[in-house]
Amino acid sequence: MELFQYPYMQRALIGALVIGLAAPALGIYLVQRRLALIGDGVGHVALTGVGAGLLLNRSPVLVAVVVATLGAVAIELVRARGRTSGDLALALLFYGGIAGGVMLVGLSDATSANLNAYLFGSLTTISPQDLVTIVVLGAVLLVTMLALRPALFAVCHDEEYARVAGLPVRALNLLLAVGTAVTVTIAMRAVGVLLISALMVVPVATAQQVTRGFRATMTAAMALGLFAAGAGVWVAANADTAPGASVVLLAIASFLVVAVVAAAWRALRRQRAESGAPAPEPHEVVLR
Amino acid sequence: MTESVITVAHGVVGYDGRPVLRDVSLAVDAGEVVAVLGANGSGKSTLIRAVLGLVPLHAGSVALFGTPLRRFRQWQRIGYVPQRLGAGGGVPATVREVVASGRLARRGVLRPPGRADRIAVDAALVSVGLADRAGDPVATLSGGQQQRTLIARALAGEPELLVLDEPTAGVDAASQEAFAGALRGFLDDGGTVLLVAHELGPLRPLISRAVVVHHGGIAHDGAVPEPAGHHADPDHDHVHPHGPNEPVGLWSS
Repeated sequence: MELFQYPYMQRALIGALVIGLAAPALGIYLVQRRLALIGDGVGHVALTGVGAGLLLNRSPVLVAVVVATLGAVAIELVRARGRTSGDLALALLFYGGIAGGVMLVGLSDATSANLNAYLFGSLTTISPQDLVTIVVLGAVLLVTMLALRPALFAVCHDEEYARVAGLPVRALNLLLAVGTAVTVTIAMRAVGVLLISALMVVPVATAQQVTRGFRATMTAAMALGLFAAGAGVWVAANADTAPGASVVLLAIASFLVVAVVAAAWRALRRQRAESGAPAPEPHEVVLR
Repeated sequence: MTESVITVAHGVVGYDGRPVLRDVSLAVDAGEVVAVLGANGSGKSTLIRAVLGLVPLHAGSVALFGTPLRRFRQWQRIGYVPQRLGAGGGVPATVREVVASGRLARRGVLRPPGRADRIAVDAALVSVGLADRAGDPVATLSGGQQQRTLIARALAGEPELLVLDEPTAGVDAASQEAFAGALRGFLDDGGTVLLVAHELGPLRPLISRAVVVHHGGIAHDGAVPEPAGHHADPDHDHVHPHGPNEPVGLWSS
């Protein structure tokens, strides 16, 4: 525990907790749209931004925010026109983004260690300025995703209905695209571009095995993200493992535990129901 | 003189250069219940989608409540019931959460839900007979109950005009009756209805006018036509395929 007396470990923990809370709050909307992998695509584009930042001697995180936002908005515009199929657009992003990043990093003076820090995360090298960026952007993201939940839920659930309800569908879609880019870039320091999607998607997948509603799923996913981030950093500090990988593996372990427990619970309930009196068919209508 | 709720004048709609509707004109007055009938692919769904601005007009004009569609902003006056629940549902959602979406047009994006919203959602759930299922995930409901959820969502917004796309297609008899009851309540409060249907079933006595779309034009506008031939047989099993009509985009559900 004494490791957490060091400021760099405290920064790593705070950064991880903010990301653990914010990433599922955005990720749930992506999962609802069955776009679980879009975060991965935007993450790859962000790598090009990192390369550009290193090459131009600017803050890689800030340049990555700008490039990832442009990429996410471009995807949204392509989607809104409905000209390219989803998986093809994703493929272009994945390979274009990572190739651009690797090429630009190669052109700069950065070493492969620099590249690795962005590919797989480097929580313990977060500077105080980085932490301020993560906390401020994470807080803005969290408040936006919670405050606009009814509208974002409606748009992700049934876009045509949302349009007929007069909601600003295009603005909300762009907001989600920008939110994805921001999440990706702040989470990049924690888990790296290759593992970002895990923090957005895995807690949601875990939560929805036991929840019945959207709001409950969102709350549970945020709690799970917070737990995985905190426990992951603790494990990494004590076992001297890579923090990003530890966080993601803990999130996946929670998924497996919940899946097994939920399946056992359902089997038990079924058994009990079969041994008792046969349950009547549920009513189709309520007669009043 | 009643205000015309929907006015379509010489509307032309096409997909990828293929005309679907050619020169269609239609007027719906307040208090009317107009059924749009026609075969699969006749363009009847396209007609109501054009009325709502979901597909663009190539020529002609649409006005809602006397305002040209392009300048129309009072969407809280309209309740839309799509053919089915969209594929958007990677995450579970309760019946109440889906129905509560219907309040957004009235409330706006930024204001959190209040007491009036809760009361309207409760009333809508009761009117379609789903009050006891409010906390259940919509995915666990039968097709007919899901359809009733969508109708409750539209009713929760307390609209003046309901636009329904095949509300009774593939719906069990009990849900059709529950739906007809909800519609009757809506009409008693002075509502106007435009609906697309293959078969009218228990809705038939509620319909005040029928419009038959055939080959992209309006073939009949007046009394509800009587079923003919084997369609009139009480044992006629009205079954037909419902193909997907929308390409799935990247960010869409």
